[in-house]
Amino acid sequence: MKKDLISITDYSKEEYLRILELAAFFELNPNQNLLNGKVVASLFFEPSTRTRLSFETAISRLGGRVIGFADAGSSSVTKGETLHDTIRMISNYADLIVMRHPLEGAARYAAEIASVPVINAGDGANQHPTQTLLDMYSILKTQGTLDNLNIFMVGDLKYGRTVHSLLMAMSDFENPIFNFIAPDELLMPDEYKMHLREKGIRYFEHREFTDIISAADIIYMTRVQKERFSDPIEYEKVKNIYILRDRMLKNTKPNVRVLHPLPRVNEIHTDVDRNEKAYYFDQALNGVFTREAIIAHTLNLI
Amino acid sequence: MEENVKKKLKVSAIKDGTVIDHIPAQNLFKVISILRLDHIDNQITFGTNLESYKLGSKAIIKVSDKFFEDDEINKIALIAPHAKLNIIRNYAVTEKKEVEIPAEIRGIVRCFNPRCITNNEAITTRFAVISKSPIALKCHYCEKITDQEHLQIQ
Repeated sequence: MKKDLISITDYSKEEYLRILELAAFFELNPNQNLLNGKVVASLFFEPSTRTRLSFETAISRLGGRVIGFADAGSSSVTKGETLHDTIRMISNYADLIVMRHPLEGAARYAAEIASVPVINAGDGANQHPTQTLLDMYSILKTQGTLDNLNIFMVGDLKYGRTVHSLLMAMSDFENPIFNFIAPDELLMPDEYKMHLREKGIRYFEHREFTDIISAADIIYMTRVQKERFSDPIEYEKVKNIYILRDRMLKNTKPNVRVLHPLPRVNEIHTDVDRNEKAYYFDQALNGVFTREAIIAHTLNLI
Repeated sequence: MEENVKKKLKVSAIKDGTVIDHIPAQNLFKVISILRLDHIDNQITFGTNLESYKLGSKAIIKVSDKFFEDDEINKIALIAPHAKLNIIRNYAVTEKKEVEIPAEIRGIVRCFNPRCITNNEAITTRFAVISKSPIALKCHYCEKITDQEHLQIQ
């Protein structure tokens, strides 16, 4: 059985811990020859700077070679080739496929067709599991534990796939508390709240982004996107409410760290960047180590 | 009594086979297509727009010499949830069955999410049934939930 990573819930808690342990190893020893002689297809049907470059860096540091494309425009998609045919063909060339695609479910489908493992690097608004694992690694590194944490999620909690996956993953650990701060239009969907209730996990919902964050261990910021609002007036009303500023961090806990999947637009003011509680750029670097770990685990290299 | 006589007059009896009753009239041809009755050589009679207390207007299908497997017949559960099967042997009803919504549905239903890969490439849809009443289907591919209100038969 090949090991695909399509959704965060494809992994067990033991596998999360295994990846995090491997990521710590790769952080100390990033250059390894584990992928020597192997070819990895990096198929980005939709452009992405951070995810693609961190995957390709991870592959290079593991000694592998990369084939692929950075946007669908330079692939045979423009000639009308189906995803089915593209994946069939490429799985004959490569030992592993890393794929980002604008359509939801594309990664699960590709994994069914491919004879080699598939790692989902984002399928539309659905899943982006490697982001979640690097978020977990960032939390573990900064907090020293994944248990007993008070996690604040801020902004677009309705469409933000990263917050949904992080919620699912963190709900496997001991005694988390979740605080959701979002406007009415962008509340955490019921299915996730139901999941927390079933597991007996406490969560609180807030409209206001105020000093309630003083209880936080992690503040996970997301972007409130204009196109999510059916009523532009509603967007205008909330767009400046969910912005984190340096002064808001004044009374927060010393261990608190601010995470953001990036790219940020204006939801974290640049005056936060100098604060030692800002962690989003380090978080992006952790992506390379975490992806080295995921690749090594997927191909049973270590 | 009179009701029974009427029924017999409208759709003739079969010697051996299956009678599928209480199909919503508007879904008769979908049932025929899902069960692939248009691809078999058995004798088939059907009646539609028959009066029904429960459904208002129902359809009935009689298929001679055909006995469905549960997996096969349960495929119609989404469009004919109250369908009843009478298994006929030598003109007598020997067994009655009701359809049941299966745990997983392949094909038949469209995913309501226009951004789902199944609506953009030729793929058989696949859903996990997370609730039977009201119906809620989780797409195996895009993981979005299609509910009763958005349920569309392919």
